[in-house]
Amino acid sequence: MSHSLDAYLVLSALLFGIGTFGFLARRNAIAMLMSIELMLNAVNLAAVAFGAFTPELQAHAALIALLVMAVAAAEATVGLAIVIAIYRNRRTPLVDEYSSMRE
Amino acid sequence: MTPPGALLPDLALPPFVPFLNWAWDDLLFLLLAGIMLAAAIFVVVGRNIVRSGVAMMLCFAALAGIYVLAGAVIVAAAQVLIYIGAISILILFAIMLTQSKSGPLTLVFHRQAWAGLLAAIGVAVLLIISVVNTVWPLAGEDRLWSATTSVAMLLFNDALYVIALQVVAVLLTAAVVGGVFLAKREDSNDPGEPAPATLERVRPPVSEAAPVESA
Repeated sequence: MSHSLDAYLVLSALLFGIGTFGFLARRNAIAMLMSIELMLNAVNLAAVAFGAFTPELQAHAALIALLVMAVAAAEATVGLAIVIAIYRNRRTPLVDEYSSMRE
Repeated sequence: MTPPGALLPDLALPPFVPFLNWAWDDLLFLLLAGIMLAAAIFVVVGRNIVRSGVAMMLCFAALAGIYVLAGAVIVAAAQVLIYIGAISILILFAIMLTQSKSGPLTLVFHRQAWAGLLAAIGVAVLLIISVVNTVWPLAGEDRLWSATTSVAMLLFNDALYVIALQVVAVLLTAAVVGGVFLAKREDSNDPGEPAPATLERVRPPVSEAAPVESA
């Protein structure tokens, strides 16, 4: 099972689906950011799996995974700073109470 | 001190898992995949968000193990350093800075969460169907073991990746500056004046000091 590319890709698809559900359904802004991290990890897993089974792509896949990790770190920094900045004004981390952004 | 191999000379593993006749790496793959998916589901549905954050660390650790099984050792090391070491700690700090005093929520999900569930199941099923039904012509029969040297040669010799490396460096710098700017307390409009006392009246002073540390 660990010798087939499909097993890794199916696992990546399941993780991406879980992250999608969390991003769409959670009310807490930080839980939404955590779900985004799960989805980014699913993408990384798919890239690494393709690299592991294709000799020409192996080093490229590792590099793409490392670059995605750096971008994810930057995204987490800015996203959490925005959440903290909103929390200081609105006193809640729940996104459905940020209704004044609608207008 | 004798090495442990001398004390336990005949502890070689049998080639297959006893009673199951699986290869050991298949068992390890299933174990790590189960841990990862269970932790991910707990992250998404958990009522207490601090526990969700800790479960996310467990999910990332299991994923690092899967990277090792796939032969990408350097990615696994970076996963442990960046995700478990840095991003999880950042998220846990942000959780603690934004905890409301009323304790865990009674309503974790939106009222439209069923639509999100349908969409997520649809995405996962579509991905799985397309993955299973596709023939990957370039894929080999089995995994390769990673060569870290080739990764380093590619990163610093290929012009495309050198540019990407510089862009990521600029991006990380911008993210640090932006994070500090967004999370810092805004001062009064006049920079010469010290912070006026009216600010203290608008906000409670205890919660005001905390987010500055988080930047």
